[in-house]
Amino acid sequence: MSEQEIIPQISDIGFFSRQALVVLKNRGLIDPEKIDEYIARGGYRALAKALTRMAPEEIIKEIKDSGLRGRGGAGFPTGLKWELCRKFPGEVKYIIGNADEGDPGAFMDRSIVEADPHSVLEGMLIGAKAIGAKEGYIYIRAEYPLATKMLEVAIRQAKEYGLIGEDIFGTGFSFDIHIKQGAGAFVCGEESSLIGSIEGRPPEPRQRPPFPVQAGLWGRPTNINNVETWANVPVIIDRGAKWFANIGTEKSKGTKVFSLVGKINNTGLVEVPMGITIKEIIYDIGGGIPGGKEFKALQTGGPSGGCIPKSLMDLPIDYERLTEAGSIMGSGGLIVMDEDTCVVDLAKYFIDFTNDESCGKCSSCRDGSTALLEILERISAGEGKEEDLGLLWEISNAVKDASMCGLGQTLPNPVLSTLRYFRDEYEAHVRQKKCPAKVCKALVKYFIDDKKCTGCTLCARNCPQGAISGEKKMPHKIDLDKCVKCGICFEVCKFAAVIRE
Amino acid sequence: MEKIRIEDLEKITQRVKKATLLREGAGRVKITVHMGTCGISAGAKEIMDILREELKKNDIHDVILTSSGCAGLCSKEPMATVELKGEEPVKYIALTAGKALKIFNEHVLGARIVKEYALAKGSERLYQGE
Repeated sequence: MSEQEIIPQISDIGFFSRQALVVLKNRGLIDPEKIDEYIARGGYRALAKALTRMAPEEIIKEIKDSGLRGRGGAGFPTGLKWELCRKFPGEVKYIIGNADEGDPGAFMDRSIVEADPHSVLEGMLIGAKAIGAKEGYIYIRAEYPLATKMLEVAIRQAKEYGLIGEDIFGTGFSFDIHIKQGAGAFVCGEESSLIGSIEGRPPEPRQRPPFPVQAGLWGRPTNINNVETWANVPVIIDRGAKWFANIGTEKSKGTKVFSLVGKINNTGLVEVPMGITIKEIIYDIGGGIPGGKEFKALQTGGPSGGCIPKSLMDLPIDYERLTEAGSIMGSGGLIVMDEDTCVVDLAKYFIDFTNDESCGKCSSCRDGSTALLEILERISAGEGKEEDLGLLWEISNAVKDASMCGLGQTLPNPVLSTLRYFRDEYEAHVRQKKCPAKVCKALVKYFIDDKKCTGCTLCARNCPQGAISGEKKMPHKIDLDKCVKCGICFEVCKFAAVIRE
Repeated sequence: MEKIRIEDLEKITQRVKKATLLREGAGRVKITVHMGTCGISAGAKEIMDILREELKKNDIHDVILTSSGCAGLCSKEPMATVELKGEEPVKYIALTAGKALKIFNEHVLGARIVKEYALAKGSERLYQGE
């Protein structure tokens, strides 16, 4: 059948062949609304093993030995967290799965819960056994209706099979789980605010210590992990800590699920071994930058992260290396930027977001982010002053230092990292009042090159402001007083006659 | 559905394999339409409806039509995987109603892969390690 040979193998397609599926092992292969299909692919065997052949301390040791670290962003060693929670005294303990996923551009948690909800449930059941919890919550943002539905169906089916409830598998272990929906607050992805939200209090962080493992939900020892962390657990119990620890780097074991978005050809969900380089993700998996544009930087960690510039393209992705470079692993959003992205505009976007989402408790976060936003807006509008750059640096560090929770402590990262790697771009905005990427509207002028213009009138007909005038077949002109820099004329012109400066 | 014991996990596994895995089961073809949020927003529900309608219209009973979550390559949605018994599954991308119908007639019924709409053949699987 020579016709069949002409079609590539999936192993020939970089997007797929360079990935390493651990959490996403059932990708594309099961119907999430059929628990039997999850079971047929090996599901709930790890739970059976954990409940019948492993003592809680053994389960914890396995997770510790695997080197699994929290996939929500901070990367705290998971086994250690479980051990601490188990050790704190108390009859009543809770475990929580965090599916709040507030980072713009991130959809790892959504994809895991939509496609394979049982992987999270099984992980949480195993964790509950290890820690000694009888009740758990999955906190999922309200903006994920399909994922919530899949979770509801999965929980219902697991309950019907007795996999959630009393005396699971006849081992005497009982566990119940509830779904709690978020209500639109980014800060609820932060563990102490999340706990407050479940308790029905306004979402504001609490001072730590005491940490949730000691006193969390309703003051009880509570272990919170991101749903991606939970989804790793059954595979580790099944395959063993050693197998897992063989993947990744010395301090960052296993894989990470990323959502690859932005100026990239292959937008999608990728799972890769820790230690893969940025270059491999962008070119081998991502298929490079569309339109043949130049890669400029990779934003990791969302509003809490920073940009890794092209010069550091060979950087292996792991927790420590990303932190050294001025960013963070974060929950897994990877935003690819090209030569047409303005870093000032990017920093402004993220500060606008975190400023809006700040709960307001700490002056440093609340007023600090407002101050940063005001400065970035002025710079973008062509009103930046020389001292603004030093001020951005100072305020950013103060906000990091003085804020109570992760939102405030990390919101300055986009500013600090873009200042570190792209200072010249900030200087161009402030000193020459120019935006090199031609994004900041106040600093960009549109005009028509009358040597290239053929008078086809396409731009004039598409201009929403009626700012372009000209006779048919004669060069056209843009009235700068009416122009709002929307860029439509630039996009529709077939002769590259519209120039942006 | 009744509470299960550990032994039932294997029984369920065998039951599912007989019903849906073509190697051991009764179907001749399995079509999986990928319906994560990405797929649905790109039009996967319409593709699913069209295929279901074709099966009904032609009174076909040896084709398994099922769905799964996101297949990963969100930018090329809607996607569907067609697997003929004894052959490797084929991933189709950027589907439209027209393409889905052509794939149904030529590949599902006619056993001929529609090369111009296919991305690749083969399946993903759990990482095997270094």
